[in-house]
Amino acid sequence: MRRALAFVLLATAGAAAAQSLGDTTSNGSPGAATTSGEQTYREICQACHMAEAQGGTGPGAAPALAANPRLGDPDYVLTRILRGRAGMPAFAELLTAEQTADVANYVRTHFGNAYSTPITTADVKRLAPPPES
Amino acid sequence: MIEFEQPSRRELLTAIGKAGGAVALYQAMTALGHAAPTQFAGPPKLSGARPGASVVVLGSGLAGMVAALELQKAGYKVQILEFQDRPGGRNYTVRGGDVIKETDGTVQKVQFAPGNYLNPGPWRIPFHHQALLHYCSELGVALEPFVQINLNGYIHSDKAYGGVPQRIAEVGVDYKGHVAELLAKAVNKGALDDTVTAEDKARLLEAMRGWGLLDKNMAYTTSLQTSAQRGYDRPPGGGVNGAPTPSQIASLSDTLDPRVWGTVSGFFSRTMQQTMFQPVGGVDMIGKAFARKLAGLIRLNARVTKIAQDDAGVTVDYVDTVTGKASVAKASYCVCTIPLPLLSQIEVQVSAPKQAAIKSLPYHSSCKVGLEMKRRFWEQDEAIFGGHSFTTQPIGEVGYPSTGFFKPGPAVLLGAYAGGANAYTFAAMTPAQRIETALKQGSVFHKQYRQEFSNGVAVAWTKLPWITSCASTWSEDLRREHYQNLVSVDGRIVLAGEHCSYIGAWMEASLLSAIDAITRLHQRALAA
Repeated sequence: MRRALAFVLLATAGAAAAQSLGDTTSNGSPGAATTSGEQTYREICQACHMAEAQGGTGPGAAPALAANPRLGDPDYVLTRILRGRAGMPAFAELLTAEQTADVANYVRTHFGNAYSTPITTADVKRLAPPPES
Repeated sequence: MIEFEQPSRRELLTAIGKAGGAVALYQAMTALGHAAPTQFAGPPKLSGARPGASVVVLGSGLAGMVAALELQKAGYKVQILEFQDRPGGRNYTVRGGDVIKETDGTVQKVQFAPGNYLNPGPWRIPFHHQALLHYCSELGVALEPFVQINLNGYIHSDKAYGGVPQRIAEVGVDYKGHVAELLAKAVNKGALDDTVTAEDKARLLEAMRGWGLLDKNMAYTTSLQTSAQRGYDRPPGGGVNGAPTPSQIASLSDTLDPRVWGTVSGFFSRTMQQTMFQPVGGVDMIGKAFARKLAGLIRLNARVTKIAQDDAGVTVDYVDTVTGKASVAKASYCVCTIPLPLLSQIEVQVSAPKQAAIKSLPYHSSCKVGLEMKRRFWEQDEAIFGGHSFTTQPIGEVGYPSTGFFKPGPAVLLGAYAGGANAYTFAAMTPAQRIETALKQGSVFHKQYRQEFSNGVAVAWTKLPWITSCASTWSEDLRREHYQNLVSVDGRIVLAGEHCSYIGAWMEASLLSAIDAITRLHQRALAA
């Protein structure tokens, strides 16, 4: 149902956003194309976490992902990406399970992080929030 | 059947209204599904604040300013702390000469001609957002129609019509025509015999014929009849060559693309129905009108760093972002409208459940690109006056100005309204790349783009240091766990803003949330 919802949101972007979003457009095709973890990082995460994952500055700054020991816990990383928290947006409905796993693996193995145990799409599905009815 | 139900409902409501007054009537109407979505029942009538009682309001968006205005009327001493160098918050308009600073230091200087503007955030007001309409009226904010539905705009899908944009009227008429034909076929084959009575079958067929413009064989076909709705190849004229020629209908398959049917059905969304309004001259006329009423009470460039409370009152630490000077504001109570992405990174002395709510509610983002064109080619060349063209591309849509029709000289198009994942891909680009992307993708609709483009501005909400996002993203799951904890009065502190509502990112949400919050805070203050 969640994918179906995202589909409808895509279809009605700009004309009818979901009640929970209000007058903000929802166009954004989830999983429109397969992208590498690096591509997803460059095209999405980098806007806040910055090019070298050094984090932002200012009152609402995103934290550094570079050399971040918290990334050692796969469930921590996935939960943050899927559900968001404290300024981090929720990407459960914006990225496919593959994209989510790929980008999580990318940040866990770059920017001074070397956590080699791979995250799988099964991990993503296990931690994804319940679908909207 | 509906026609027979309505009078009886009306009679019932009249009876309830007479017996129980307006509130009972409103509740009954809501139960029966007749009321407008707003819960506005007039401005709050608060009075009798205790002598010396004061309120510090954090944030001068619409929520903060309506709270300040009404609390002041009730007798409270009010002060407002605002992080930015202007009041208004997301009630925001950019014009020529304005500077937009992003979190990484990127600066854009808006180059629009005098009179032109872009509303990067809220831009339109549904007719049933009665709280906002009330305050616009009370504060003297002039409104004009916002053209939401224009069937002469285009729809573009990369998966339909060979990627060639079609007029919304054409695809909308084809969609209902094909669906009507199919339904009529199903009825005539007896496929609906177990659900539709014989009498209603006849009526349904007649309805499908009229609604879908079906011919005598119950088929949707190319004809002058269908062209009267979808448009002609050669429109009716006068004199010798006055006879029209019909336009060719398109296939059922193309209309089943979600971008196509979704756009058509989206016009029926309660918040997208006509009549919609916009403030004349830019949406920030609303914030400016509030700010005029609160002259002298708003301290700008004040970055809140800590919010504490005890038996005596509330203490708010803040830093002047220009001078770096640290100060403390004290008050009996606090209305905090700071968006949660920022509030979640500030020390706030509230209960653990409220802290959890503040940290758990994610926000989404969006990006709007304003393109100033040298002339109104969409009006002059394509007869598009307001409304939108929609696309499956990341820009989402092109929005046409609802004001200044027929004027010579430059005008500003909404060149992109990117949401979802696209909001972040736009944010990750430089402003010049965002504008180039908008020009490239918008050219699918208008070949005049490159020749007529003058300058542009691209506002990616993710990159705005005073909010770093657009608006809250509630799910049913989050509501169950956190909503009541977020909106509850916690000692001397209450939160307000669109995030404390069931409405989402509409200006009405900020007002209704704030009115409810200060009403409860006032009750708490009187009971103390």
